[in-house]
Amino acid sequence: MSEPVKEVGSVTGIYSEHEEWSVNLGDKTIHAKRMPGRFRTLKYITESFWLIFFFGAYLRWNGKQALLLDVNNRQFHIFNLTILPQDIWMVSLLLLLLAMTLFAVTSVASRVFCGFFCFQTAWVDLFTWIEEKIEGNPNKRHKLDAAPWNADKILRKVSKHLIWLAIAVFTGISFTIWFEDAFVYWHDLMNFKLSMLEMTTLTAFTLGTYFLAGFMREQACLWLCPYARIQAVMADSQTILPAYDVARGEPRGKLRSGGKVVEQQGDCIDCFQCVQVCPTGVDIRDGQQLGCITCGLCLDACDSVMDKIGKPRGLIRYASLDELEGRPVKKLYQHPRTWVYVVIILLSLGGIIYGLTHLGSMKLSVEPERQPLFVRMSDGSIQNKYTFKVLNKTDKDLYVKVSAEGGVKGQLIVDADKTQLVHHGKAAGFTVFVKAPAENVMGEVTKMQFRVENVENPTMAAEYNSVFRGPKR
Amino acid sequence: MSDNHNSAGGVPTTGHVWDDDLADFVNQPPKWWMLGLTASALWVVIYFIMYPAIPLATNGTFFKGIGLPGTGQWTAIKELAEDQKVLDDVRRPFEDKLKTMTPAAILADEELSKYVERSGKVLFSDNCGGCHGQNGVGTEQVGAKFAVREQGLMAPRLNDDDWLYGGKIDDIHATITGGRQGMMTAHKDTLSAQQIDDVSKYVLALSEGRGDSEAAGKKVFMESDCTACHGADAKGIQAMGSANLTDRVWRFDGSIEGIKQTITYGVNSGDANARAAIMPNFTASGKLSAVDMKKLAVYVYKFGGGQKDEAAAPVAAVEAAPAPEAAPAPEAK
Repeated sequence: MSEPVKEVGSVTGIYSEHEEWSVNLGDKTIHAKRMPGRFRTLKYITESFWLIFFFGAYLRWNGKQALLLDVNNRQFHIFNLTILPQDIWMVSLLLLLLAMTLFAVTSVASRVFCGFFCFQTAWVDLFTWIEEKIEGNPNKRHKLDAAPWNADKILRKVSKHLIWLAIAVFTGISFTIWFEDAFVYWHDLMNFKLSMLEMTTLTAFTLGTYFLAGFMREQACLWLCPYARIQAVMADSQTILPAYDVARGEPRGKLRSGGKVVEQQGDCIDCFQCVQVCPTGVDIRDGQQLGCITCGLCLDACDSVMDKIGKPRGLIRYASLDELEGRPVKKLYQHPRTWVYVVIILLSLGGIIYGLTHLGSMKLSVEPERQPLFVRMSDGSIQNKYTFKVLNKTDKDLYVKVSAEGGVKGQLIVDADKTQLVHHGKAAGFTVFVKAPAENVMGEVTKMQFRVENVENPTMAAEYNSVFRGPKR
Repeated sequence: MSDNHNSAGGVPTTGHVWDDDLADFVNQPPKWWMLGLTASALWVVIYFIMYPAIPLATNGTFFKGIGLPGTGQWTAIKELAEDQKVLDDVRRPFEDKLKTMTPAAILADEELSKYVERSGKVLFSDNCGGCHGQNGVGTEQVGAKFAVREQGLMAPRLNDDDWLYGGKIDDIHATITGGRQGMMTAHKDTLSAQQIDDVSKYVLALSEGRGDSEAAGKKVFMESDCTACHGADAKGIQAMGSANLTDRVWRFDGSIEGIKQTITYGVNSGDANARAAIMPNFTASGKLSAVDMKKLAVYVYKFGGGQKDEAAAPVAAVEAAPAPEAAPAPEAK
C-alpha cells in the first residue's frame, strides 16, 4: 500500500462514457408504449404458445394424465409412452435438439426466442398489459409513480399487485401439475394438504414470477439471462435482425414546424417512438446491442411514423449487416454455420425417433456372482450363480421364463421352467443357477447369452450377453 | 486527503491510492445486505440456544413449553431412533410373519424368501462369515498351528450341494439351532502306516470315480472300521455327519497328504494333531434370535446348494401355478 497521493488522476475517466451507455441499469422503470402493428400481433400469437403450459397438464388419456413428468416415480408419461430412467438418453438428445434449434434460428434470424417466445418476455408482456389496463398509458404511469400516495393510487397499485400475484400463483400451480396428477394436486391444494416439497415449489415459482415479471423485467434479460449473452456469438453479418438503416436515416433531424422534412436531412425525424415502445429501453439506432431482444416492436413504431410523414416503410427493418453495409447478400443456403446446426438437429431428431420406436417392452441385465465365481458341486459339475434384473416397461404385470444360448455343452438352467413375476413399470430381481459338466467347461470364461421371454407372448423378450466361469484348465 | 471531487455520483474515496491511480470508493453495502448480516448474527444466538449447544437445554426442562418444533428436545440419538423406526416400520410386516412361520414355509413364500435373501446378508456376514466365508465360499485356515495344507477349509463351503448333515431346509435350520460336532477317530494306533497309505489312495480314487483301481486300499476300508461310519458304499451317513467320500467335494484338504493326515489323527478326536470342526450351538449361545436362525437357514439354502424336500407340499404348490392376482411386493430393500 502506498501513501495517499493528492492527484488521483484518471480514476474517474472511465465514467466519461457513462452518458453514452443507453442501457437502463435498473434505476428507472421502463414504461413502454404499446402500439399496434404486424409484430405486435405476431407477438401476441407466439406468446399464446404458453397457454399449453397453463392448460396442457389437464389433458387426460386413457384415464390418466396425458403428459406427466412423474419424477417421484422416475417415469415420464407422454400419452401411451412411458419413458423410464433407462431411456433418459433420449432426453439428452431432446435437449440437444432444442438447443440446436435455438442456435439455428438465432443464426438465421437472431433472437426470435427472446423476442417472441421467452417466458420472461411473455410474462412481462402480460404483467405490463395489466398495468396499462389499471394505471393507464406510460405517461400516466410515470405520473402515478411520482404522485403522492392517495386513495386512488393505493387502489390502483394494490389491485395491480393482487392480480400480478394471482397470475404468479397460477403460474406456480401450473408448473407443479406437470410433475404430478393435476386434479389430485388441486384437491390437495384446496384442502391444505400439500407436502413440503409441493409448497416450496409453489412458493418459489410464485415469488419468482412475481418479482421477475413484475419488478426485474428487462433487467433479467440484461443481467440474469446467460442465453442473452450467448446470442452475440451466434449472430454474424448474414443474420437478419431488426436494424436501423443508417444510410437512409442519417443525418437525423426534427421536422420543421408544419410537418415538413428538412432538405438534406435523412428520413429519421428523431421522434424517439422506437425508444418509447422498446420493452428493454434501448435505442435501436445505436446498432445491434446487448439489450435488444429483437422483438420487432420498434419496426411497428417506425413504420407507423413513416406512413404519417409519407416516406416508405422500413427505415427500421429486419436486415443483415451485409445488406446495410452494401455488401452482396448471400442466400440462406450459403450460410455454412446454419447447415452445421441443421445436421445436428437431424441427427438428434433421428436418435429420438429411433429411441421412441425401439423403446421395447422389457429390459434384462445379468450380473454374474463375483464371490465365488463358480462352485464345484458334489458330482464334480460346475455351477454359476447369476443375479437377474428384469425391467417391465409395459403397463401390465408379466411372468417371464429364462433360457440361454451358447455357453457350455450340456449346461442346465436350474429350475428352468420356473416363471418369475415382474410388476409393470418395475424391475424384478431374482437368482438363476446354471450347472454344467466339468469336462465340458473348456476355459475360465465361456460366452453365453441369456434371454427372458414373456410366458404368454414369447416374442416379447430381452437378451443379455454374459459368461459362464469355470476353473483354469 | 486526496481528490474527492469526481463525477461518479460524488462518492468520496477512502483516500488510499495504489498503483498511481487505483482508489476505493466509500460506499455503504446495500441495505438488504446489512439487514441480512444483522439477522444472521441474531440467528447465531437463537440457534446456539435451540440447537442445544449448552447442556441446560438437553434435559428438556429449560425450554419446555416454548412450543417450537424440536426446541431444546433434539438429540442425535433421538434422530437416529426416528430414522431407525422408519426402517423398522418397513420391515415389521415381514418380521411379524416370520415369527410364526417355519423355515420351509418362508422358503416357499416368494416374497418373504426374497426379503430374507436381502436382509440375511448382514446376519450371515456378522455371525457366519468368519468361518464359512462371505457368501459361504469357505475360509482357508491359516495361522501358527494350521498351515493351509494341514487343515484345508476352516468350515464347509455352503454354496455347493454337498451336505454333511443334509441340505434340506429343515436340516440346515437344525444345524444352526443345535450346532454340530462330528467325530472321526485317530487311526495312528489302529492302522499301520502302509494301511493308512493304501486307504488314503483308495479314498482319493473314490472321489475321482475309479475306486476299484485301488484294491489294497479298498480291502483296508472294508475290513477296518471305516464302513461303520462312512457306510459300505462310502457315501456317508447324514444322521451322524460322516462325509460322503465318493463325491468331488472335500471338507478338509483333499490332497493325498491331507487325506492321510485326516485318517491318521482324526477329526475332533482329542489327538493334538486332530482336525477341528465345530459348529457352535447358536440357541445355547443366545447370539441369534429364533427368527434370525430361520432367516439364516433360508439364506444359506439359497446359496445354490439347498435340496428340495419333495414331501413338502407348499413348495410344489407355488411352483405349479403362479397366482396372477398376487399382491404387489412392497419395496423391501
